Amino acid sequence: MDSAGGFARSSIGRKVIMASTGVILVVYVIGHMIGNLQVYGGPEGINAYGKFLHTFIHGQAIWVARIVLLTAVLLHIWSATSLTLTSRKARGIGYREQKWKESTYASRTMRWGGVIILLFVIYHILHFTTGTVHPDFVPGDVYHNFVAGFRVVPVSIVYIVAMIALGLHLRHGVWSMFQTLGVSHPRYIGAAHVLAWVIAIAVTVGNISFPLAVLAGVVK
Amino acid sequence: MELKPNIPDGPIEKKWDRHRFEMKLVNPANKRKYTVIMVGSGLAGAGGAAAMAELGYKVKCFCYQDSPRRAHSIAAQGGINAAKNYHNDGDSVFRLFYDTVKGGDFRAREANVYRLAQVSVNIIDQCVALGVPFAREYGGLLDNRSFGGAQVSRTFYARGQTGQQLLLGAYQALERQIGLGQVEMFPRHEMQELVLVDGKARGIVVRDMVTGEVETHLADAVCLATGGYGNVFYLATYAKGCNTTAIWRAYKKGAPFANPCFTQIHPTCIPVTGEYQSKLTLMSESLRNDGRIWVPKAKGDKRAANEIPKEERDYYLERMYPSFGNLAPRDIASRAAKRVCDEGRGVGPTGFGVYLDFHDAIERLGQKKIEEKYGNLFEMYERITDEDPYKVPMRIYPASHYTMGGLWVDYNLMSTIPGLFVLGEANFSDHGANRLGASALMQGLGDGYFIIPYTIGNYLAREKFPAVAADHPEVRAAEKAVSDRTERLLSIRGKRTATSFHRELGKIMWEHCGMARDRKGLEHALGKIPGLREEFWKNVTVPGSGRELNQSLELAGRVADFLELGELMCLDALERDESCGSHFRLEHQMADGEAKRNDEKFCHVAAWQYTGEGRKPDRLVEPLVYENVELAVRSYK
Amino acid sequence: MKLTLRIWRQKDAKSKGAFVTYTAEADEEMSFLEMLDVVNEGLIQRGEEPIAFDHDCREGICGTCGFVINGRAHGPRERTTVCQLHMRSFQDGDTLTLEPWRADAFPVLKDLVVDRGAFDRIIAAGGFIASAIGGAPDANAIPIRKENADLSMDAAACIGCGACVAACPNAAAMLFVSAKMGHLAMLPQGQPERMDRARAMVAQMDAEGFGTCTNHGECEAACPKAIRMEFIGRMNADYVKASLTGGRRAAGSEGGSG
Repeated sequence: MDSAGGFARSSIGRKVIMASTGVILVVYVIGHMIGNLQVYGGPEGINAYGKFLHTFIHGQAIWVARIVLLTAVLLHIWSATSLTLTSRKARGIGYREQKWKESTYASRTMRWGGVIILLFVIYHILHFTTGTVHPDFVPGDVYHNFVAGFRVVPVSIVYIVAMIALGLHLRHGVWSMFQTLGVSHPRYIGAAHVLAWVIAIAVTVGNISFPLAVLAGVVK
Repeated sequence: MELKPNIPDGPIEKKWDRHRFEMKLVNPANKRKYTVIMVGSGLAGAGGAAAMAELGYKVKCFCYQDSPRRAHSIAAQGGINAAKNYHNDGDSVFRLFYDTVKGGDFRAREANVYRLAQVSVNIIDQCVALGVPFAREYGGLLDNRSFGGAQVSRTFYARGQTGQQLLLGAYQALERQIGLGQVEMFPRHEMQELVLVDGKARGIVVRDMVTGEVETHLADAVCLATGGYGNVFYLATYAKGCNTTAIWRAYKKGAPFANPCFTQIHPTCIPVTGEYQSKLTLMSESLRNDGRIWVPKAKGDKRAANEIPKEERDYYLERMYPSFGNLAPRDIASRAAKRVCDEGRGVGPTGFGVYLDFHDAIERLGQKKIEEKYGNLFEMYERITDEDPYKVPMRIYPASHYTMGGLWVDYNLMSTIPGLFVLGEANFSDHGANRLGASALMQGLGDGYFIIPYTIGNYLAREKFPAVAADHPEVRAAEKAVSDRTERLLSIRGKRTATSFHRELGKIMWEHCGMARDRKGLEHALGKIPGLREEFWKNVTVPGSGRELNQSLELAGRVADFLELGELMCLDALERDESCGSHFRLEHQMADGEAKRNDEKFCHVAAWQYTGEGRKPDRLVEPLVYENVELAVRSYK
Repeated sequence: MKLTLRIWRQKDAKSKGAFVTYTAEADEEMSFLEMLDVVNEGLIQRGEEPIAFDHDCREGICGTCGFVINGRAHGPRERTTVCQLHMRSFQDGDTLTLEPWRADAFPVLKDLVVDRGAFDRIIAAGGFIASAIGGAPDANAIPIRKENADLSMDAAACIGCGACVAACPNAAAMLFVSAKMGHLAMLPQGQPERMDRARAMVAQMDAEGFGTCTNHGECEAACPKAIRMEFIGRMNADYVKASLTGGRRAAGSEGGSG
């Protein structure tokens, strides 16, 4: 095997790191969204779910998950930054005019979209995990925090915007992941595009439904 | 001087084997002490450079393109012949040899052609091993198609891009040697002069086309694989950069130029549309399998093709050659098209075009079938002309496509200058007066992969090569000649562009030394070309300087050489007072318009030797002896 | 038709360049390069320096020509090199901006001419099958599935023009490199060196300073030979496999798959 350093320095190696950490993060956001759907079942379910997450394997599971996620996020950011810098350097003088044929809004906003998502995640942790920026945080009462948090209209708007950014990121990211990890057969690469759409829409719609449900009074 | 072909003794099928055994070898450890220069990186050049480097010689390879992968071998569409007999249809080395000699109208050297047919088999093996993705059948074996002038299916192909794939194979082998440090590659370098020391070819002077630097490279032998000179006609299917400069320099240093008048005109090219036109595009010969060629019966009939009723059309090939019809050989089809256009019955805006009509084939086979067979060609045609050939007939006209003539070489591919080898289209050796389809690729790779690696060793092993000092008087003189010439071109600052001279020369050549020639026309051309050349040297304008990337200067240098070569072609065409293959003298034709050879007087190679500025070159003769093929009237009826 | 041309002029690799505006008269039947020929003829006659641009075969196969027209590599027509592009694709009165391929790995030599030597060096690093000339077995000795041969040919159709790099928002060369790798990897002859080739070519590609792929698909859209991005996927897979195993199999296992 090549030295791990050599692989991680190569362009494709860094892309693979980005894609494989992406897999972890995608699985996580899907699980996160599905878990949160329990809010529609009322306070008992979601609070019990929250408690379960915090106490599973004597409360260690959550830390394992947090470490894995944090590592994935850091590697994802590192590879993205490093690849971006390489590409910037590859075209010192740009075009006066450049027209796009194939690239999409989603593919062209990966970088800034990623930055927005990062800022959002920090905010989100301060908001719902630590409660630092939450107006009325009650540790352990997930349902209450959820409803109280989204009642603030500007906050809900921030969430909605961030989820649209996440949706775009997933739309390009998920198919990209398959491409980078080497799925190349035309039949499956077509399926990857479909899957990217499905995941992007499901996660976005599912997550956006939460603030909307609170604002509309469906969840109170 | 006497031309010594150095053909080995013995029966024809043993000559090459025997010769290879009798050759002197260079010890493997000594090979690295020799440096060989290769000019050109097409099939012959890249193939030869890679093969020699693999043997251990140090090779310096030069090309004018920005990468060796772009040499014009890349544009060949149809395929490559080989006597594999994979289809059990009666092919053999001897049959390929026979077809090629006959196709060349008995003006090629038997021994060379036989060897070519022999190595054709190895070429296919080698190409497959190098990763050329030839077309395959469902069982996984190689597919073949048939081509003009043969009754067996022996043409291997890779879609419509056979030349490209073969070249990429050779190019990759070359790049591998570059990576290993065995070959030093000089792209964007154009050869400007040959350096002779003690009568031997010992180096070249090149111009770095990016910096303008004039550099000398010394070696123990020099190989020229610089392609053909068909751009003398200005409009041709050649790449724009193809030129005669390298072989012309060698000619002026004493290497005889053989059969310069043997130039092939391909019948199916897209016609010229206007004065600005810069090049012609070939449409594959295979289209004639299903297309019918016609012009209106009436002169000056300007109606649209579809408005002309069938009875007012002249399917002239079917009328004149009832048995071969639209599949008449290249030279015959080309001349017939010229004849009907000269009569004023040509079609299209310029009147120089004939219809190639697929209407009947589409009716017979359905559009889908035609699409399957020719889809990419139809699309290419549509792209260039904006006409849909499924609806309106294609317009085609002949164009300069290949040159059989070139520097004279012996059996070892060496010219009369010791150490100067000439490969591929640049030499004259294998196609006689007419080349068959799918044989050019075969010759290029044959020369490069399988002949030069042997013969170069035999030469190097037999000679001594004292080191040549960088300031040797011959080197200095060659360098000075190059700088002087550049200076001269830049200092004229006249009123006309090099292109305008090239275009004018092309018109003269096309008119008088093209598809059909006669004494009057050739004499007329011989009267006009020197005047044009003189005007060129007084009135050309070349902007910029010699110390930079200067495309106008490159072009002017090439045009200057074409202006000299054109004259030699006309001279050769005039003195070859017979018709043979592509060389058609109106004075010498059969009653049915076929070429009428004169074997008694002209069964020979005519090689012209330079005798000095303003003096008529000497016409040297190499008699052609046919021991294995009977001299016969070439008939495709 | 009358056109306004804004063309990048740059004296040499070291000089700074700038756009210069020209007017051109063109005929619908002209190819784009013939239109430039006419402009150049005019410039030469006025004693000015003509616009330098690379071109050679002018039939879309050599890959020499190429520049960006109004933000698109090889101009607006799909699957068309600039030499095959005709003026009928434009309107009277159009303003056209002509720029060289932009990538630091393709330095501008003059005007619209760039140096694509990086591509050759990538091939030299591993884009070949090392089969000694003269030692080849019979061409029909290894049957190759027609589908694989066809797929290999799809990749081998690459003309090395560099439009993929030019069109890529990241100036990446992945389509070019993957086409060459795909061509050889689809064939049994290409198997022995497949893993080493993947590593060597990618290493050279990185060393040349190309950007990195973010799967936009602009390369595929610009490619005059319609090379598909699926070859990039194949290359990624090969590269990962090569990096994980170093190209070596476990002891005792049989070769020959692929």
